[in-house]
Amino acid sequence: MPTIIVCLKQALDVAELKVDSTTQRVLTANAPRKISDFDKNALEEAVKLKEKLGGEVITVTVGSEKAKMVLKEALAMGTDRAYLLSDPSFEHSDTLAISYILAEGIKKLGSYDLILCGEASIDSYSGQVGPRLAERLQLPQITYVRALSLNGDTVVAERTLENCYETIKTKTPVLATVTKEINEPRIPSLMAIMKASKKEIITWSAEDLKVAKTRVGIDGSAIQIMNVLAPKMDRKRIVLEADTVKGVAEKLAKALINEGVGGR
Amino acid sequence: MSEFQGVWVFSESRDLMLELLGKGSELAKKLRVELTAVLMGRNVKDQAGRLIEHGADKVYMVADPALERFYIEPYTSALAQLVQQHKPEILLIGSTRRGRAMAPRLATRLETGCVPDCTELSIEDGRLVMSRMVYGGNALAKEICRVKPQIATVPPRVFQKLESRGRKGQVVEVDIKPEKSGTEVVETREIEAAKVKVEEAKVIVAGGRGVEKKEDFRILEDLAEILGGQIGNSRPLAEDRKWFTEWIGLSGHKVRPMLYVACGISGVIQHVAGIRDSQVIVAINKDAEAPILEVADYIVVGDLYEIVPALSSVLRRLLKGG
Repeated sequence: MPTIIVCLKQALDVAELKVDSTTQRVLTANAPRKISDFDKNALEEAVKLKEKLGGEVITVTVGSEKAKMVLKEALAMGTDRAYLLSDPSFEHSDTLAISYILAEGIKKLGSYDLILCGEASIDSYSGQVGPRLAERLQLPQITYVRALSLNGDTVVAERTLENCYETIKTKTPVLATVTKEINEPRIPSLMAIMKASKKEIITWSAEDLKVAKTRVGIDGSAIQIMNVLAPKMDRKRIVLEADTVKGVAEKLAKALINEGVGGR
Repeated sequence: MSEFQGVWVFSESRDLMLELLGKGSELAKKLRVELTAVLMGRNVKDQAGRLIEHGADKVYMVADPALERFYIEPYTSALAQLVQQHKPEILLIGSTRRGRAMAPRLATRLETGCVPDCTELSIEDGRLVMSRMVYGGNALAKEICRVKPQIATVPPRVFQKLESRGRKGQVVEVDIKPEKSGTEVVETREIEAAKVKVEEAKVIVAGGRGVEKKEDFRILEDLAEILGGQIGNSRPLAEDRKWFTEWIGLSGHKVRPMLYVACGISGVIQHVAGIRDSQVIVAINKDAEAPILEVADYIVVGDLYEIVPALSSVLRRLLKGG
């Protein structure tokens, strides 16, 4: 029976982000957070596989105490064991460092058949942690998976590329990143949420993981962010009005022709 | 530091490779270093000349049967070995889905950073400054990489290729043994694509949740045809209503037409992020509070079922014989 590890990120809820209109800075400090959308698809897929084949779903995240929230939700959705890799020294880690921390956590967990991640996180959308983790653990990787099956030690996955779907076959252990197409994540019942709240979340620190301090946090990160600013969108915002629909259409048509459209 | 030198580009997509050479040559010029293209495949000799014509000073060519199809491990290992031998300071990788899957794996092998989907690249104080969209299109992040090589992935159609001129360059055949692939492609199915890729359309008439039935897209098609464009749609019509398999937005197709007409599209930030670079945006929406109105050049608050056909009929008249 398979052991499936799911990596989750507690991401900024990008739909709720506000911008400081004078500095153009995005206000992230108190912005609401949630399980990154595609990670939820990864978790749903793991739970579905468990329901079909038996086995165990283990969920891992790197973050502060606050990230326990996403692990609670993961437990309610069907995770058997939840791990928080947390240490003050992990703060401000980029994907190079995060993948190192995750890899050390996963090595400590022991053997597994499948690691599932979302194709990218909704906030930074870099799509790097999956492939980086696969490299660190020396696993084959399958990105952008829209359908997945596990039969003994054989994995068959269909992935979406720009112009085609590729069906990939490989042996476990393997790491796959999934797209939103793969499933519809369940909404846990109240009962499941209550049960989950009683389950233990295991926290591992830098010391527990025996990670090198020079390889985590700012010191262990290669990327330095200079600034994050809301791009200016200078649009004309001309409201077209008239007494009749035809009148509005006339105005819009003329405006478009003045803009040079339609002139083939 | 100065041990690392030169700008390299790689993409398995031939078109994107030329665009990378275009931007790469600008960066290389600024740094006064060579521009090198890495060409990998089974039989790629005939492509080297074209890369030189479009800006490469040098082409490293790795020809190996293991590189016939793009598999992660062989491509990553071949490129990693080359980088370790020659130490470029900058590596630009084409941001196709394959490229995006390989670049982080490569960056990890080299213990360096990678900034994905860069839309702006420049040199400041000898370092590569990379900008990309984050937070679902809410913000542009400017980043640098403290480790070399500095790796950036670059999406298609962001940078221009150079015109091909009679240029000279050097082709170096390298003998590198790629690693074996851990996966096998057993089947490939084409995705039935629209006639013209929506990214390349000059005019896009797009519908959102305000369109009540799929058949009603006829109204949008009619307008698109008059304007020589094509139709598009927002994400809910693909994901919730299953009318389409693709959508325009940050997670789907990012478009930059001359004209984008948003019909009944509310304009959540992820959608707006995908249309940001359009020259002119028109919003037609019943809801006077819809966020799309904030980012439009021309705003009509009204029923798309009335406005769009009326607009088509006026344009048909005005453009006829024009």
